[in-house]
Amino acid sequence: MPAPDPSPLWIAGGRVIDPASGRDEIADLFSLDGRLVASLPETERPRARRIDAAGLVVCPGLVDIHVHFREPGQTHKETIQSGSRAAAAGGFTTVVCMPNTAPPADNAGIIQYIKDVIDREAVVHVYPSGCITVGMKGEKLAPSGSLKRAGVVAITDDGACVQQNELMRRAVEYAAMFGLPVMDHCQDESLTHGSVMHEGLVSLRLGLKGWPSAAEDIVVSRNVILSTHTGAHIHLQHISSATAVDIIRRAKQRGVRITAEASPHHLALTDDALLDYDTNFKMNPPLRSEADRQALVEGILDGTLDCIATDHAPHTDYEKDVEFDYAPFGIVGLETALPVVLDVFHHSGKLNLPATLDLLTRKPADILGLPAGRLAEGAPADITLFDPEETWTPTPTGLHSKSANSPWLGATLRGRVRKTFVAGRLVHSPDDPTPAG
Amino acid sequence: MTWTRRHLTGIEPLSVEEIEQIFATTAAFKATLGRNVKKLPSLRGKTVVNLFLEPSTRTRLAFEMAAKRLGADVITLDCEASSTTKGETLRDTARNIEALNADMIVLRHSAAGSAGYLARFLGIPVVNAGDGAHEHPTQALLDCFTLRERFGSLAGRRVVILGDILFSRVARSNIWALTKLRARVTLVGPSTLVPEEFKALGVEVSHDLRSALADAEAVMLLRIQHERQNSSHFPSLGEYTSMFGLNKTRASWLAPDAVIMHPGPINRGVEIDSELADSSRSVILEQVTNGIAVRMAALYLCSGGSPDHLPAAS
Repeated sequence: MPAPDPSPLWIAGGRVIDPASGRDEIADLFSLDGRLVASLPETERPRARRIDAAGLVVCPGLVDIHVHFREPGQTHKETIQSGSRAAAAGGFTTVVCMPNTAPPADNAGIIQYIKDVIDREAVVHVYPSGCITVGMKGEKLAPSGSLKRAGVVAITDDGACVQQNELMRRAVEYAAMFGLPVMDHCQDESLTHGSVMHEGLVSLRLGLKGWPSAAEDIVVSRNVILSTHTGAHIHLQHISSATAVDIIRRAKQRGVRITAEASPHHLALTDDALLDYDTNFKMNPPLRSEADRQALVEGILDGTLDCIATDHAPHTDYEKDVEFDYAPFGIVGLETALPVVLDVFHHSGKLNLPATLDLLTRKPADILGLPAGRLAEGAPADITLFDPEETWTPTPTGLHSKSANSPWLGATLRGRVRKTFVAGRLVHSPDDPTPAG
Repeated sequence: MTWTRRHLTGIEPLSVEEIEQIFATTAAFKATLGRNVKKLPSLRGKTVVNLFLEPSTRTRLAFEMAAKRLGADVITLDCEASSTTKGETLRDTARNIEALNADMIVLRHSAAGSAGYLARFLGIPVVNAGDGAHEHPTQALLDCFTLRERFGSLAGRRVVILGDILFSRVARSNIWALTKLRARVTLVGPSTLVPEEFKALGVEVSHDLRSALADAEAVMLLRIQHERQNSSHFPSLGEYTSMFGLNKTRASWLAPDAVIMHPGPINRGVEIDSELADSSRSVILEQVTNGIAVRMAALYLCSGGSPDHLPAAS
């Protein structure tokens, strides 16, 4: 983490939006000693760094509770440093990294190592999560008490859903004792053996092994039932299926303690995108049908799905540039999330700007109780400035992630981050390519 | 019109005119197959590399023979011999073959989309000899060419494709080819292997053999892969045979002059009665012979050969 910037910061004349407080006005925003203040003392004003934010939106730094930074063990794909720079470039100031590293983050020692790297190299707030089971093998519980003490904010076997129901029951019961949320990647593996894309007309045409939505729906149901039974909070990761949205909606009506996220790509794209076998559209869970996509959008609109999370999953070009069947699952998402989400919800007229930003700030922060996502006085000066109208085109060399496996390469995106501050320190600014950090 | 494609990766992108052009070229080459001196000079000096990363007998032999009859030098690499077993990527293997000055690659691969993948970055033509469950264009072309020899136009002809459609590249390529040629296609087999979604491709789907075979003029059988038994798509080979195997009784439901086709290899006694495979209705060996001529046409056209310079009929 970069140290807080003690010097005064004066962000002038932007449209300040704080979804948590309902604030939405043209105003100035101030920071001193890395924290937001109501105003700067007269003595500090002359030496303040003054940023002209006219025409820009000034909002809390974005929060992503689902990223893969690949460290330790897969640093050819991404590192905590490169991943956090990608986060900053996308306007994210707080992220939660997944524990499917090599070795997996299933003990306090590895969490301590990850935290040391974060302290040295991350340019945004990075929180680790730990594994549910030892080695993510789904056989034996990992020591979630020690993991919590070491600093994880949740546990998950993301990418290798716990198949055994008894083990999952005990995992959520045990973790609830420490108030530790369990995040689950919902996938019944018996239904997805060898599957590489959504099962539907497109997979039929392409001759690719289909991945039925039922694989997600069954485990979502399982988790609803286990949460009902134990009272434990279970967070459902990257929901992709219409039926799953329906199951979650009904469960929430009954007051079950579940939360759920959707990813920008599942909200924006469908399996039609795979007609050219482009592996930058191959991810887990897969892009599904237009009906599923619309159900996800509806789920966000009515609050069934709580927030947006990118599932930023970097893979190198040489890993992705192979036969479709052999390519790894996953795409990078941090640097394209904001414009894609703006497109789906704001530019389309479905949600106003504050409600759209709520999905990327307060809501994800609250799911895991992170001190982020707000512009409250005294809060860390984590601030994102973006132009909601500026268009730009992602290119492999233009991205800050070590990997460029993005489905939006070459596309025209609308909405661009102009500046990102973490604790008052400028960590991203496209006009100034090497800000302090 | 002239043939402009450098690659043959599937039937789906082809126009009816292109299919007709392949048929005309096939017919011209077929006329040379009976000659004493079979070799033509069309691809003399060219090198064709057959990159077969999945086992194949018939298709590999037919492509080798086709290239040789056109005068090309042929090198066949199969899975064991290629460096993909040493971890080399398909891209690197193919780029190396191109760098060795090969003029054309014929690819057989277990991964769907792999021929199209090579075609996107190679400077030399790629002919798809089967990519996963996606397409097997030359098989469909030889099947339709065989039917054309029997029936003339395929418009309105009733063709049944019977068996494991879900995992079959032969079925997919034939669905595209037959529907483009305006045949009436019905897919038949167990519901687990013939999902209803196929209807969106302009074909009928049925799980009732009797009604589907009634008055059909051609039935294309597909091999039931033994490995499918280990999945749960149907209970057993015996159950499959009893429900969907083609036997004499069931063949009698077909139209009087109907033909029985199979891309091989045949599992005698599983998807087809042994006698039926050898009966006068079977055109299985005609298909194999036509397979050479079709592949000669594919190699010739994709290497830039003009349909105007075909060998004269003798």
